[in-house]
Amino acid sequence: MTDPAPSTFSSPEAIKRLKRRRAADVRFRYYGMGAIVLALGALVMLALSIGSQAVSAATYHVARYDVTLDRAVIAPPGEDTPEEISRNVDGFWSLVRNNLLETFPEADLDRASRTEASEFITRLAVLPAARKVAAEPQLIGNEMTVSAPLNDDLDLYLKGQAFPERRVRVGSLSSASQQEAGLARLEGQGAFTPILSAITSLEADGADLSEGSVLLTAGSSTGRLSDLQPDAASLELLTGTLDDFRSGNATARIIALPEAQRVVSDQQIAWTLALKEMGRISREPRWSLLTNSDSTYPELAGGLAALVGSLFTMLVTALVAIPIGILAAVYLEEFAPKNRLTDFIEVNINNLAAVPSIVFGLLGAAVYLNFLGMPRSAPLVGGLVLALMTFPVVIIASRAALKAVPPSVRSGALAIGASQMQTVFHHVVPLAAPGIFTGAILGMARALGETAPLLLIGMVAFVGDVPKGPTDESTVMPVLIFTWSNNAERAWEPMTSAMIVILLAVLLLMNGLVVFLRRKYERRW
Amino acid sequence: MDTDHTPQAAGTVTPPTADALPAAAPRIDCRDINVFYGPTQAIHNVSLSFPDRAVTALIGPSGCGKSTFLRCLNRMNDTIESCRVDGQILMDGQNINDHSIDAVLLRSRVGMVFQKPNPFPKSIFDNIAYGPRIHGLASSREDLDAIVEKSLRRAGLWEEVKDRLQAPGTSLSGGQQQRLCIARAIAVRPEVILMDEPCSALDPVATARIEELIDELRKRYCIVIVTHSMQQAARVSQRTAFFHLGNLIEMGETEQIFTNPREKRTEDYITGRFG
Repeated sequence: MTDPAPSTFSSPEAIKRLKRRRAADVRFRYYGMGAIVLALGALVMLALSIGSQAVSAATYHVARYDVTLDRAVIAPPGEDTPEEISRNVDGFWSLVRNNLLETFPEADLDRASRTEASEFITRLAVLPAARKVAAEPQLIGNEMTVSAPLNDDLDLYLKGQAFPERRVRVGSLSSASQQEAGLARLEGQGAFTPILSAITSLEADGADLSEGSVLLTAGSSTGRLSDLQPDAASLELLTGTLDDFRSGNATARIIALPEAQRVVSDQQIAWTLALKEMGRISREPRWSLLTNSDSTYPELAGGLAALVGSLFTMLVTALVAIPIGILAAVYLEEFAPKNRLTDFIEVNINNLAAVPSIVFGLLGAAVYLNFLGMPRSAPLVGGLVLALMTFPVVIIASRAALKAVPPSVRSGALAIGASQMQTVFHHVVPLAAPGIFTGAILGMARALGETAPLLLIGMVAFVGDVPKGPTDESTVMPVLIFTWSNNAERAWEPMTSAMIVILLAVLLLMNGLVVFLRRKYERRW
Repeated sequence: MDTDHTPQAAGTVTPPTADALPAAAPRIDCRDINVFYGPTQAIHNVSLSFPDRAVTALIGPSGCGKSTFLRCLNRMNDTIESCRVDGQILMDGQNINDHSIDAVLLRSRVGMVFQKPNPFPKSIFDNIAYGPRIHGLASSREDLDAIVEKSLRRAGLWEEVKDRLQAPGTSLSGGQQQRLCIARAIAVRPEVILMDEPCSALDPVATARIEELIDELRKRYCIVIVTHSMQQAARVSQRTAFFHLGNLIEMGETEQIFTNPREKRTEDYITGRFG
């Protein structure tokens, strides 16, 4: 204490103290960096896991069928109005199926094969073609190429996501000769050694191949191999001709999963590969995700109805929550006396913002549906429920923005004789507007991603039609995601991810709008 | 502490420095003003009058209530919820503290300039035009242009800003902003202008400009200025009132206050022994 000043700078205690302080600085910086890395890592993981799933749903396989639009099938007398044609799904579907049967004569041999072929196209997949013909009746009687998405299981198979499959090239075959009924004998020096060694290595990895299949494909012909030896094997031709095996390079597909446990049979795989070889199957961007409504078939399902439903819901929420929230905030911040009552109100608004969203759903179901008798599953009710949830957020954000306006602006306006109303609406609110709108949009973004309260007011119902107004039955995007994620079929998994990506894109758009508004209207004072 | 000054109408004594003090009734006459913030009394029984066409300075140490007193004159204290003002403030024989007087109309007659320049975040033109617009003082665009030009000229700002009236008011320098605020106050044709330490945020050059301007405005308006700078009070005012702890200690001609104060406390403050 009594030391002269210079010595405190160099004393060992001071230097030690300084070192400790510096070390604390450095530690704190590392904690901060660690937190940021953790947050970024979580974000990247989310983006990767959802993104990688969604990418596979971004495209799908579409098959083309060249059909003649037979009037007797699609527009029989008495059922030939455009409306009836557009609804004649069965007629169009039978045209397409017959085209498939013509392509693969072996499919028409027995009932089981016909059923297997029928599974290629979902009946409803021909609906766009039916609508097109209904709109242009002059097409009837002519040739037309009908494009229809491939069954979701085959689609997944072509994307390699249905089940594990090992592909190996086989050696050149020296002969392929027809034996007794359906079986052929393939021979070639060491031609099947690659298959045998692949099977050995798969079995070494623990795979059980006793009931699996080995399919051999050459050109548009595919058969099932049995009796495998290094130089020879038996082939049960599933589709095509033996000639393909004599000339072309053959590829073997080793599938460990027994056919009985698969959703795609060997026969269907053979036909799919053949169609692909013929160039009749192509991979296309799945715009139907945005243009179709929900469906029980993943290859036909889309999010349009949910998107529009979300839009109507948000519209109702915005119209209710934003004006009420802003006016309440302006009143509380600028006009209301500060007393016990307003304190109490303030505390409760903050509490309201913290109420779990499902409680608002219960409230909505009790008040709007049961007491007021509003329609179930309607965006009107969903919007009102979400508005209840959103407006405390809007109030809190708006009050913070209003508080941030310097009091000098208020006194300046009051001092030249502006009334309180003029002061608030000419000066304070315009300055607070960026903050108010930020709060409003963030509140809306939260509402857009909300699922739980909407489940309780029935917005989880299957909705096949795009809602035309806020009182129509409808669902919203997060609920659609919830529904799809509960579906059993494998194809729903990437579809769900794709829908999540669309929802995130909408949210990102809204947040981008916030940033834009802030930048544009932020003013200095 | 009782009111100390002898209640005298402005002009009964011709001050040696004041060149044009009219022999008229005071513009504002305050009688027995008490101000309370909740249970705390901030102003004790102050009676004070302000002559027209003259500058009255309110001086005193921080927290002495001079700003609070100033804010009574245009009822800005109304905006503070816990604040209560007792007593009579007469303007044209009417008590402006009376609830029948609308504070909005009062403030159009009693303008105010604040410590920190607070132009609206709008264009220079709109800053000035806002007051005339809400009070309906201009019947046409030409009228409004004329009012804006006149106000800016009187505030000595016209030459500097006439080419950029659409530029934001906040883009001006601090001194210019303060003159803009004065022009804004003038634009609604007040009779009284209250200034709450108008130069405390400004540099000496800008301060000198404002002081010149105050001297110029004195010819038309009754000006009441709160200041921390005794030199400033001595330079711009004709009359000075010294406040201490919510009491009016002494009131008189500026020269008399600064050269020959009657009260010991005034002398101590002026000579810098406290404050």
